[in-house]
Amino acid sequence: MGLITEIRDSISNVVSTLFSAQDPKRIGIYGPPNAGKTTLANRIARDWTGDAVGPESHIPHETRRARRKENVEIERNGKSVRIDIVDTPGVTTKVDYTEFLEHDMEKEDAVRRSREATEGVAEAMHWLREDVDGVIYVLDATEDPFTQVNTMLIGIIESQDLPVLIFANKIDLDEANVRRIENAFPQHETVPLSALEGDNMDEVYDKIADYFG
Amino acid sequence: MAEVKNKGGGVQIDLISGDRMAELTSMEKIRMILDGVREGNIVILEEGLSPDEESRLIEVTMTEISPDEFNGIEIETYPRSETKDQSFLDRLMGKESTKKLTVIGPANQIETLHKDETLISALVSRK
Repeated sequence: MGLITEIRDSISNVVSTLFSAQDPKRIGIYGPPNAGKTTLANRIARDWTGDAVGPESHIPHETRRARRKENVEIERNGKSVRIDIVDTPGVTTKVDYTEFLEHDMEKEDAVRRSREATEGVAEAMHWLREDVDGVIYVLDATEDPFTQVNTMLIGIIESQDLPVLIFANKIDLDEANVRRIENAFPQHETVPLSALEGDNMDEVYDKIADYFG
Repeated sequence: MAEVKNKGGGVQIDLISGDRMAELTSMEKIRMILDGVREGNIVILEEGLSPDEESRLIEVTMTEISPDEFNGIEIETYPRSETKDQSFLDRLMGKESTKKLTVIGPANQIETLHKDETLISALVSRK
């Protein structure tokens, strides 16, 4: 009886290992506030599942909770890659509620938004340390990439040996400068795109399949 | 940290040696930094924090932000060049190269004017 139990357990272990190898990888979409992370997550989710991930806004910290879209199946070159997309709140080291007042928000709403934003950033950091298998780092190509948050986050991602792709977003805007991002992080591959307009999404999906497949 | 209290309206700067930091656990380092910054001090670390400690510093900072009281921190270091001087084995063994000067201050008192691979220029104001 003991032998049968052992054999059954062994078979069960092999089966579960086989299936776990096929589990979708969790890919965290990280970056500073207003880089276009949710716009990208929505673009990917809509292209391959038909659903969106969350609301987009020009007001910083619209995403204040990490949101996961499971089983996004991306087909490239006859193969299919299954990933979970985790859209995370923009990472920062400071949150000042008075900045939200500039967006015609009442003080009470601004304070609540800032409190939720701080919780969201802490949550995003926790996901990064514990729960993602790879990272898409989204930067606004019209902004200076040499910021402390970018430097620190790329360092944190590298220290965990997570595969990372850098997406230079908003190339539809005249001020976009992809070369500046390539120069700031030469150790990583930079992919230009406009998540809003859908520009260069074929290359985006090729790279996602290459890196995270 | 300072034995002599800052009675004037100046800005206190604490320069913390790598040796002193080496004696502390990660949470002790984070606590010391945030306690100093919340008092309005500028904290300069000779050898910086590890990536994991930086991650936890961001997380703990977020939990302490409070409207009209504490808006968070400004932190500046040079970009890490870990691929140049650190082998995979070193990282595997936990020998993370963190020797990089780091400046941390209250977000409402320190403003970065310029930053590149070799120069950080910041403006520090009184409370």
